[in-house]
Amino acid sequence: MQNLQSRQRQWMPFVFLAPAIIMFAVYVIIPICQSVFLSFYEWDGLGEKTFIGFGNYIELFDDEQFWVALKNNLYWMVFYMLAPPLGLAVALFLNQKVLGIRLVKAMFFFPFVISQVVVGLVFSWFYDPTFGLFNVALTSLGFEPIAVLSDENWVTFGIIAAGLWPQIAYCMILYLTGLNNLSPDQIEAARLDGAHGWKMLRYVILPQLKPATFIAIVVTVIGALRSFDLVATMTAAGPFGSSNVLAYFMYEQSIFNYRVGYGAAIATVLFIIMDIYIAYFLWRMLKSEKA
Amino acid sequence: MFPTPIEKSSFAVNISYRVAIWLALLMWLLPLIAVMMTSARSVADINAGNYWGIPSEWRILENYVEVFTTTPMAQYLMNTVLITVPAVFGAVALSTLAGYSLAKFKFKGNTLLFATFIAGNFVPFQILMIPVRDLTIATGLYDTAAGLILFHIAFQAGFCTLFMRNFIVGLPDELIEAARVEGVSEFKIFWYIVLPLVRPAIAALSVLIFTFIWNDYFWALVLVQSDEVRPITAGLSALKGQYIASWQLISAGSIIAALPPVILFFAMQKHFIAGLTLGATKG
Repeated sequence: MQNLQSRQRQWMPFVFLAPAIIMFAVYVIIPICQSVFLSFYEWDGLGEKTFIGFGNYIELFDDEQFWVALKNNLYWMVFYMLAPPLGLAVALFLNQKVLGIRLVKAMFFFPFVISQVVVGLVFSWFYDPTFGLFNVALTSLGFEPIAVLSDENWVTFGIIAAGLWPQIAYCMILYLTGLNNLSPDQIEAARLDGAHGWKMLRYVILPQLKPATFIAIVVTVIGALRSFDLVATMTAAGPFGSSNVLAYFMYEQSIFNYRVGYGAAIATVLFIIMDIYIAYFLWRMLKSEKA
Repeated sequence: MFPTPIEKSSFAVNISYRVAIWLALLMWLLPLIAVMMTSARSVADINAGNYWGIPSEWRILENYVEVFTTTPMAQYLMNTVLITVPAVFGAVALSTLAGYSLAKFKFKGNTLLFATFIAGNFVPFQILMIPVRDLTIATGLYDTAAGLILFHIAFQAGFCTLFMRNFIVGLPDELIEAARVEGVSEFKIFWYIVLPLVRPAIAALSVLIFTFIWNDYFWALVLVQSDEVRPITAGLSALKGQYIASWQLISAGSIIAALPPVILFFAMQKHFIAGLTLGATKG
């Protein structure tokens, strides 16, 4: 009896894990390997695959569109980094106990809950060259109107600004929760020592918010690299591909241009960039697990 | 508490703070408020460029009725529900089992498996796109709800397993050990002891991934093409192309698409935030 039970205990964890492992392997792990494999082939998605070694990668290196997309992804990452500090600012502003504050906090969070397609529509309209609020505001301040989404110099920043809207809300919630879990003793002790304002924030509060900051940065980097929905709904990478990002470039090449192998190579590059962050995240996570 | 509670400041500061938070909220949600207003406008207003003022006539009912009668919006909405609900159920079921296993059993490869689930969760969708699309076509599931549901279950299993495992790790071992000593079978332990204890985590997780799946756009584009299966995000963006000048209809459609996750968030706010931060702050 005892023997049967202990034997059961040996294979039981795998029975519990099996459905998740199988699904995850079929839809995530194996496809990653297949994509990397495909990136060494020339393939239109239907006909014969031709092995071309690093051909796709060499072509990418000379493809102007690729560099535009990569540069834009870099802009996304840099400007998305505004989300954690701005989210913290909003969280500090709202971290009070006055009447109705719960409702205000909840409504500040709205942009994160709604679909990015809706966010994209809302902002396309905000930027409308003739009647959009953005240009109404510009002209009333005496500036020339800007057709943000059809201007090569502005378009990427316009889309990033739209993306920051939900991202700030996300970071705000992370920080509000963090602020909720501060140790009151430490704050009181620091207050007695005469710390307040910036000094308090810098030396007492921020160190305690470190886990929230870590997560906020991770999700923001991932969000910046995943940017697809907004680019697809707001501009479809236009005008002339100037707002392209790797995620959309890949989709465009494989679905519209039937260059599946080439698309796989773009996806692989994006995957490698993301991997650097995943590796860092895992390393941090497992380190804190052991501590 | 930080910053210092506002109650300790002067009366004037208190009053201005209480006004300021609502003003800030108004500014923050301005783009959304404008869309709500537009969904109540007449075509004449739109053509005259009255995008931001008070509508010259309120056509709330007419516009929403028109969206549901002249566009397939009702169908899209239904499709999204039929995709989201089973996908949430499946992902949560799979990951509760897997999370329990990773949290409470010691075996070789445990950490490696856990790390794989976490890593898979951050992967860019594009690296999965071609093989998943081919697999879905090959199994005859392209352009069906089942194709999308299966993918969502599998992909969300990564995040959900991370989440459930982190929750279950914190549960006391004594109950499980006691049941084992009594000779209760492993499956019964899971069903009668573990499952009731993880209910709050299941609630939090379900609310969270409901919104993730509801708002999915990429896979809706890649795995589905007909109006009969297309979920509301892809539907809305298709409508945008067809009704290019009918902003009042697009706006009404946007509000319809946004409302269910917003309502769910409001109703289950505590669970939602717990979900967002339990999966998160454990780092």
